[in-house]
Amino acid sequence: MKKTIFGIALVFFVAFMILIAVQMRPFGQPTMSHMDDYFIQNTQAETGVNNVVTGILFDYRGFDTLGEATVLFTAVIGVTVLFREALK
Amino acid sequence: MKQMSRVVRTITSLTFGYIVIFGFYVIIYGHVTPGGGFQGGVVVASGFALLLVVYGHKKAEEYLNTNLLSFAESTGLIIFIVLAFLGLGFSFFYNFLTNSGGLFGHMPVSGVNPGDVYTGGLIPLMELAVGLEVLSAMGVIVLILSGGATRIKKKKENL
Repeated sequence: MKKTIFGIALVFFVAFMILIAVQMRPFGQPTMSHMDDYFIQNTQAETGVNNVVTGILFDYRGFDTLGEATVLFTAVIGVTVLFREALK
Repeated sequence: MKQMSRVVRTITSLTFGYIVIFGFYVIIYGHVTPGGGFQGGVVVASGFALLLVVYGHKKAEEYLNTNLLSFAESTGLIIFIVLAFLGLGFSFFYNFLTNSGGLFGHMPVSGVNPGDVYTGGLIPLMELAVGLEVLSAMGVIVLILSGGATRIKKKKENL
């Protein structure tokens, strides 16, 4: 009984995957590209950096970078607290 | 942790400086070439890890000060937040230095070009702060983990 249910589920899953693969859009042609086009055309003039990725990471999405830096800080605090007894 | 063989130690002492210099190059040129604060910081920290693996914890701790690295880590994060707050007259994370003509304020040439280091305004400064934070955070994590492992092993042997 269990095997039959798994088999039916597997058939549906594989059929779904094949359907998605057939319907997939060609590589490099997303449905919406307004935001990408804006960043690619305006990053150099607005932020003044040649590296578009850095322009997005440190200017348009500065909060994201702040969060990443805080995550690292928290990791250091965690490791320090964990080994505080051992390092005495 | 014991030291590794003489060959490995010699090669490490030859290449360690180049690894650190390459890491700082990646940090400083992050806004012109592929790379940035996180990547360059991790490259420098990999140099620290190499030193630790090859020379052992006891010898590596003579060169790398955990307290200094911990201080540098907090300083980097604070500098980053302060730089973000500086643009608060307009908005948080506002880049007021870019295209201003002053510090790091050169106008970039539009289109494909090799790039100018003195562009980007606050972005290179933030990159430096994040690079300092990441390299010292990774160094602190590696040093404390190895130190803790060494001490725990010693305590178990004494029991």
